[in-house]
Amino acid sequence: MSGTHTDSSISQQVRDLESTLEQRGVLSGLELDAVIDRFLASASPLNGARLVARAWVDPAFRERLLADGNAAIEELGLSMSGGVQPQLLRVVENTDAVHNVIVCTLCSCYPISILGPSPSWYKSEAYRSRVVRQPRQVLAEFGLSLAEEVELRVWDASAETRYLVLPCRPAGTDGLGEEELAALVTRNGMIGTAAV
Amino acid sequence: MACLPEPATARYHAGDRVKVRTYDPPHHTRAPRYTRGRVGTVMEMHGVHRVPDDVVRGVTPPSSEAVYAVAFAAADLWGEGQHQVIVNLWESYLERQERA
Repeated sequence: MSGTHTDSSISQQVRDLESTLEQRGVLSGLELDAVIDRFLASASPLNGARLVARAWVDPAFRERLLADGNAAIEELGLSMSGGVQPQLLRVVENTDAVHNVIVCTLCSCYPISILGPSPSWYKSEAYRSRVVRQPRQVLAEFGLSLAEEVELRVWDASAETRYLVLPCRPAGTDGLGEEELAALVTRNGMIGTAAV
Repeated sequence: MACLPEPATARYHAGDRVKVRTYDPPHHTRAPRYTRGRVGTVMEMHGVHRVPDDVVRGVTPPSSEAVYAVAFAAADLWGEGQHQVIVNLWESYLERQERA
């Protein structure tokens, strides 16, 4: 699959399918737009930031989030069921010893409902092909230099699972509340291409 | 750590060594090319899902299979590197690799 979709045959197929469904009265373009709008209206990296902040302040929530992401995010009113089919959410935790980073080498699978639409670089062939092979160099290009002894895990979202990185809580934040902590959490931190 | 209950039909379990089949179908598949023929270790199961190879070919009904998170050592994929790559693979993409 190429890095651009606009002119690809799959884009043409999607447009043809939309036209056929409308012509046969199965659904209207307005209905389709409404579904997409409803999905994207609530899809934002602020959702992921709330999850991370809660996990930082509440060790029991952190355990639940790591054990069963789908169930834990419902405690904050979030869901992985807003798209075409429910997806499994697997939260992977960064520690002093392990750093995780997410990619989809086959296309651009991404936890849209909790991180919003993906950044354009996430869909680029350069990122998708290089991060599985040279993650340390790629992360350095993002400005994240990891110590040699830190173990790197690259998660390729090649099926129905969506991944979220739980970043390390930054030092010197002991006095901060949950909302203040959430404001520190970045999208790249939850993909794994930055530290928080 | 299993994210979903393992069905009775799951053929592989955490710690099993598996090899990705070296096939090159004319249709869509979700076994990334860089994993084919490579040996990894089952880390956990990620539920049961419709096999995309069946879905895209219009096989009705498409078969459903266990999907696993399989961890590969970078050196086994690329001949170099210290990191791990974890890939989601449908059961039929895999064959058991007996320990030498």
